[in-house]
Amino acid sequence: MSVDARAGSAPPSVAFYNNPKVRAIAYQVALCVIIAFLVYAATSNAIENLKKAHIASGFGFWNNTAGFDISQTLIYFSNSTSTYGRAFWVGLINTLVVAAFGIVFATILGFIVGIGRLSSNWLVARACTGYVETIRNIPLLLQLLFWYNAVLKALPDTRESYNLPFHSFLNNRGLVLPNPVGHEGEGVMWGLILAGLIGAFIYRYWASRRQMATGQQSPVFLVGLALIVVPAALYILVFGFPFTFDLPQRGRFNLTGGLEVPPEFVALLFGLSIYTAAFIAEVVRAGILAVSRGQTEAAYALGLKPGIALRLIVLPQAMRVIVPPLTSQYLNLTKNSSLAVAIGYPDLVQIFTGTVLNQTGQAVEVVAITMAVYLAISLTTSLAMNIYNSRIALVER
Amino acid sequence: MKRIVSILALTVAAAFVTQAASAQTLKQVKDRGTLNCGANGSLAGFGLPDAQGNWKGLDVDLCRAIAAAVLGDGNKIKFTALTAKDRFTALQSGEVDVLVRNTTWTSSREAALGLEFTGVDYFDGQGFMVRKSLKVNSALELNGASVCVQQGTTTELNLADYFRAHNMQLKSVTFANADETVKAYDAGRCDAFTTDASGLAAERLRLTNPDDNIILPEIISKEPLGPSVRKGDDQWLDVVKWTFFALVNAEEYGVTQKNVDEMLKSANPNIKRLLGTEGNYGEQLGLAKDWAVNAVKAVGNYGEMYERNVGTGSPLKIGRGLNRLWDKGGVMYAPPIR
Repeated sequence: MSVDARAGSAPPSVAFYNNPKVRAIAYQVALCVIIAFLVYAATSNAIENLKKAHIASGFGFWNNTAGFDISQTLIYFSNSTSTYGRAFWVGLINTLVVAAFGIVFATILGFIVGIGRLSSNWLVARACTGYVETIRNIPLLLQLLFWYNAVLKALPDTRESYNLPFHSFLNNRGLVLPNPVGHEGEGVMWGLILAGLIGAFIYRYWASRRQMATGQQSPVFLVGLALIVVPAALYILVFGFPFTFDLPQRGRFNLTGGLEVPPEFVALLFGLSIYTAAFIAEVVRAGILAVSRGQTEAAYALGLKPGIALRLIVLPQAMRVIVPPLTSQYLNLTKNSSLAVAIGYPDLVQIFTGTVLNQTGQAVEVVAITMAVYLAISLTTSLAMNIYNSRIALVER
Repeated sequence: MKRIVSILALTVAAAFVTQAASAQTLKQVKDRGTLNCGANGSLAGFGLPDAQGNWKGLDVDLCRAIAAAVLGDGNKIKFTALTAKDRFTALQSGEVDVLVRNTTWTSSREAALGLEFTGVDYFDGQGFMVRKSLKVNSALELNGASVCVQQGTTTELNLADYFRAHNMQLKSVTFANADETVKAYDAGRCDAFTTDASGLAAERLRLTNPDDNIILPEIISKEPLGPSVRKGDDQWLDVVKWTFFALVNAEEYGVTQKNVDEMLKSANPNIKRLLGTEGNYGEQLGLAKDWAVNAVKAVGNYGEMYERNVGTGSPLKIGRGLNRLWDKGGVMYAPPIR
C-alpha cells in the first residue's frame, strides 16, 4: 500500500536550478562553451599574431611545388613537379610501412623471447632475460644510431658488394634485389592465389567444426598449402610466368635497376623491432604467468604435450592479459618511428615537420597536421586491437 | 628537443599572447644585458665552440661585434647552437635576437618566414665533394650518384634543381644535422657530399682521410649568407645591418683591432664619422657614440675577421675571392656612414 502511495504522489517541488539533472547538464554545456571559446580565441589570436609577425599562414602551401628530393618513395614523387602535399603522403606511407613491418617483427620476436624466458632450459631462459634487460634499458635513439652505423660500417662499398643468390647484392647502400615487373596475366595469378587463401580459410573452418563434432582431425596445413599453390602453379605451367625481373646492374656509381632496400630503413626497422620486442616479451611473460598453474597441470593430466598445452590451453587465456598492454607497445613503436629523423630515413616527421616545415616556415599548420596524423594512426591501431580484445575476452556464461 | 620546445613556444605564443609591439629588440637586449645569438655550433670557420668552449667563427664574430656595439662588451652574449632545420623557428619565437648561422638570403625566407636579412657577410656558392678514388673530375659526371645532404637548406633544393637541369639521376640521402650528414658520407653511404663551398672546406678537415677527398670545381648556386632578424623591428634591423657595414668600412679605411685607438685621432672625415669623433651617427641608431670603436675592438675589421676564421690564418685557408672589398676586385661593399 505504502509503495503505491509514494509512487502516486507528485515529486517534491524544487527550484529547477537545484535539480541535479539540470545542474549536471548545465555544467557540461558551460564546460563545452568554455573549451569552444578557448579554441576559437587561440585560433583567431594565432592567425592575427602570425599576420603581425609577417609569417605566412593557411594551408595554401599544400599545392605548391616542393622541389626537393626524397630518397625512398613508394608512390610516384618527382623532385621537379610534385607538391608539398605529395611529399606528405610519401612520408606518411614510409611511416606506415616501417611501423607495419616493425609491429610484425616485434610481435614474433617478443613472443619467442617472452616464452623463452619461462623455459625450463637454463641457457635459453638466461639468454632471454639478458636480452630483455639489456635492450629495454638502453635509449632507443642510441640503439638506432648504433644499428645505422653498424650496418654502414660492416658492409662493403658498392664496388665490392656481396653477391647473394638470385642476382641480389648487399653493400653499404643497402640490399638490392631483382624487382619483379608484372605483365599481362599478373592479376589473374594474384586472383588465383587470393582465391586459394580464401579456400584454405574456409577449409580450416570446416575442419575445426568437424573436429568439434566428431573428433576427427584433418590435414589442414597440407590441404591449405595445396589450395594456395596448385592453381597458381598450374597457371604458370600453362600460360608461362607472368613476371620478368628487373635485375640490378653495376652502374658508374651505384647498382642501377632492381628493388633497393636502403640501409636507413633496415636500421630503423631493426632498432624498432628489437627494442619493442623486449617490452612485448615482458608483456607475454606476465600474461603467461597470470594463467593459473592448475591449467597447465590439468592439461598435462589429460595427456597433452607441453607444446600443445601452451598453444591450446595457456596462450588463449594469457592473450586476455596480453592484448591491452600489447596495444600500448604497438602505439609506442609507431610513435617511436619518428626517431627516423636521426638516421636519415624519410618518414613523416623527417619529410613533413622537417623539410616541408623549414621550406614553408609554417610551423603551426605543419605541426598540427602531423599531430592529427599520429593521433589518427594511434586511434585506428587502438580500435583494431580493442575489437580483437573483445573477441578473445572471457565470455562468461 | 630544443626545436620542439621552440616550436611549442611559438605555437603557444602565437595562440595565447597578444604580441607586444615587436619593435623592442634593442631595448630588450639593453635591459637584459646580453645578446642572444643563434649560431651554427658545428661548422668550423663560421660557428663552432673550441675545446675550451669558446665560440669561434666568422658568424660568431659578427655576433660579438653586435654585442660590443650595443652593450659595449663583445662577451655579453649567449650563443644558441641551431640546426639548419630549427633556426628560423628559434628566431621567430624570440629565442634568439639575431640569427647569424650561414643562412642564405632568399625571397621566400623574407616574405613568408617573417624575417629580414640585414646584408651579406659571406658570398658563397654550393659545391660537391667526392672521394678521389671515384675519379670524378666534374659535377656533371655525377649521374646516378648518391649524394648526402643536410635537411632544411637551400642546398637541398639546389641539388634537385641541378640534377634535373642536367638530366641526371639523383639519389639523395637527407639528414637532419650536419654531423650525421658528414659521418654518413665518410662511412661511404654516399658518393658525394654537397653543401656551400666554405662548408665543404671546413667539413673536409673532419673526415677520416681528408686528402682522399676532392672538392669539384663547379659552383652550382649563389649562396649569399647573412644575418637575419625578425621582421617589423626596423630599429633593430638597422643596428645589425650597420654594425656589419661599420666592420666593412673599417677595413676599407684601414682601421684595425690594433690601431683603432690611434685612429681616434685621425683627421680623415670618413674615419671620424665611423669612430664617432665627429657627428652623432651612433646615437641616431640608438647606440653609444663609440659603437663602431667597440665593435672593431672586439673582433677587428671584416678583413681581420675573415682571415682569422676562414682565410689564411685558419685551417680552412679559403681565399677572399668574391668577399674581397669592392675596390680590390670583390663585391663586399658597404654604404657610407654619414
